[in-house]
Amino acid sequence: MSGRFFAAGADRRIAITIFVLLAVAVIVPLLNLAVSPTSAFYVPSYIVALTGKYLCYALLALSLDLVWGYCGILSLGHGAFFALGGYAMGMYLMRQIGSRGVYGNPILPDFMVFLNYKELPWFWTGFDHFWFAGLMVLAVPGLLAFIFGWFAFRSRVTGVYLSIITQAMTYALLLAFFRNDMGFGGNNGLTDFKDILGFNVQADATRSALFAASAIMLALAVVITWAIVGSKYGKLLMAVRDAESRTRFLGWRAENIKLFAFTVSAVMAGIAGALYVPQVGIINPGEFEPSNSIEVVIWAAVGGRGTIVGPIIGALLVNAGKSWFTGVLPEFWLFALGGLFVAVTLLLPKGIIGMWDSWRGNARALRAASLAEEAGTEVGIASATSKPARSPARNPGEWSWSDPEPQAAE
Amino acid sequence: MSKSNTILYLDGVSVSFDGFRAINNLSLVLDKGEMRAIIGPNGAGKTTMMDIVTGKTRPDEGEVFFDGQVDLTRHDEAEIAMMGIGRKFQKPTVFESHTIEENLMLALKGPRSIFPALFHRQSAAEARQIDDILGIIRLGDKRRELAANLSHGQKQWLEIGMLLAQDPKLLLVDEPVAGMTDAETEETARLLRDIARDHSVIVVEHDMHFVRELGVKVTCLHEGSVLSEGTLDFVSADERVVEVYLGR
Repeated sequence: MSGRFFAAGADRRIAITIFVLLAVAVIVPLLNLAVSPTSAFYVPSYIVALTGKYLCYALLALSLDLVWGYCGILSLGHGAFFALGGYAMGMYLMRQIGSRGVYGNPILPDFMVFLNYKELPWFWTGFDHFWFAGLMVLAVPGLLAFIFGWFAFRSRVTGVYLSIITQAMTYALLLAFFRNDMGFGGNNGLTDFKDILGFNVQADATRSALFAASAIMLALAVVITWAIVGSKYGKLLMAVRDAESRTRFLGWRAENIKLFAFTVSAVMAGIAGALYVPQVGIINPGEFEPSNSIEVVIWAAVGGRGTIVGPIIGALLVNAGKSWFTGVLPEFWLFALGGLFVAVTLLLPKGIIGMWDSWRGNARALRAASLAEEAGTEVGIASATSKPARSPARNPGEWSWSDPEPQAAE
Repeated sequence: MSKSNTILYLDGVSVSFDGFRAINNLSLVLDKGEMRAIIGPNGAGKTTMMDIVTGKTRPDEGEVFFDGQVDLTRHDEAEIAMMGIGRKFQKPTVFESHTIEENLMLALKGPRSIFPALFHRQSAAEARQIDDILGIIRLGDKRRELAANLSHGQKQWLEIGMLLAQDPKLLLVDEPVAGMTDAETEETARLLRDIARDHSVIVVEHDMHFVRELGVKVTCLHEGSVLSEGTLDFVSADERVVEVYLGR
């Protein structure tokens, strides 16, 4: 029974998250653009850009949650899909510079002129159109994940071996993108962006629009993940996580079930990367660093994997902490991050959300026990006075939400 | 020997792992609608035989035919499961983070591809099938509980229920009463006899009391091949069986 409560509680939590994200997508740009800079409600542009970046990280963490939390595939290479999406967007932004580059070449980006390219490499064709770049943002990470997953899952590579090859994948891409003759700007990557869809990427209005797009895209990804996880396929995903051989002997193809989730997840990570690049103004091979992918795992673990909301909270909190920490004690950030991961693994194995749930579960059990003792009214008043407004106001809705059909008392 | 009226036909099957012959020239025939109990000491090859039948292990040599004509050595686990062979593991294996109902829903016969599963809505017919199975395995009052909260014996039943939901022609049941109380054991024997009315069943079991309850033909395996076959009384009177079991 408690399992159902948690599941129902989780649904409400996800619905609230979607609502909050959509609200933030409207309110923050308004507070940045329509409110005077002297007002107390004004949100400075740098905050808009910073939180927009965090939302992209949150989307990346959510994409990892789909495969790690729900299917048990610990990918240590999700940063690669993020970076590939970012590069696809970066290539579009490079083509938008046109003749405004340092060398003023109308076709070739600056780094190509510098490296003596005579003409645009074939794989840069089409990136002057936004729709094409958008398609590649989805297709390139998705295709890589599909091919990689096809071979890995078909050969039944699981567990730590799979994690290692995902790590190798992102490392191989890191090395490849570092090379100048790959045609992606080598070490320096792609930068000096000017316009996106004709709007100046530096302008406040554009930044606000990118922020809103990130928040809306994250909300949409939450809806999609929620729908996937709630479907029969989602139940299969968890079944594969818990007892893969059982699913096989029931006639399901566990490799296809994993492959679908892995591909969808990579596409989500690619979208996150594409929204990230115009907001930070650069994409370079550093995004393929294996340590970046491991950091994503930490965000998801801190927030609580397999909860949809948890990885989002984890990504926002850890990154806010990182921004603060690197400002105050820059040398200690990596120690803090490592310490955080150890602490979460030891003390909060289910992350912040898991801790919250078990705390609430205990509180609810206590409440139910005292209700069963026929002391309902006194306890109700007592809790109303000790915790004003919150708990009594929430209780009735909670019960009706979590328990639509009549059930026996606990 | 004719394959035509058999549900399962193994002839001259051998398989070895790192030089160890787990199955050695094994021949076994199960008629359609038959229930068979397989006994044998540890390491006799009982579980390996099930692995071969369900496609988990490929035999080095020999023939394995299902339903008289399907060569099982050419198919993998999922295909074999779809043809109608269900398997219960030695250790009860159910989806612990799902409810009883959901466990059965995932096992129900139907399309096994991703997109139908993504847009699946439970039909009235499916709900009825799940109700029926819940009745058979007597877990109706726990349908919304997580499988993780079931007792060991109830997990065994749930797994048998999942096999039934698959609607297989042949059920392979590996040690269904391990860790069960006497009452649960009797209940399980009744359940399997019910199932055997319209399915072919192979039961692997150590518990002789339970095998006697089933009242079916018994095959005793030893070192990967058939040692003795017949009624339980016949097999247990066989001197070689006694020798193997008592390890003289």
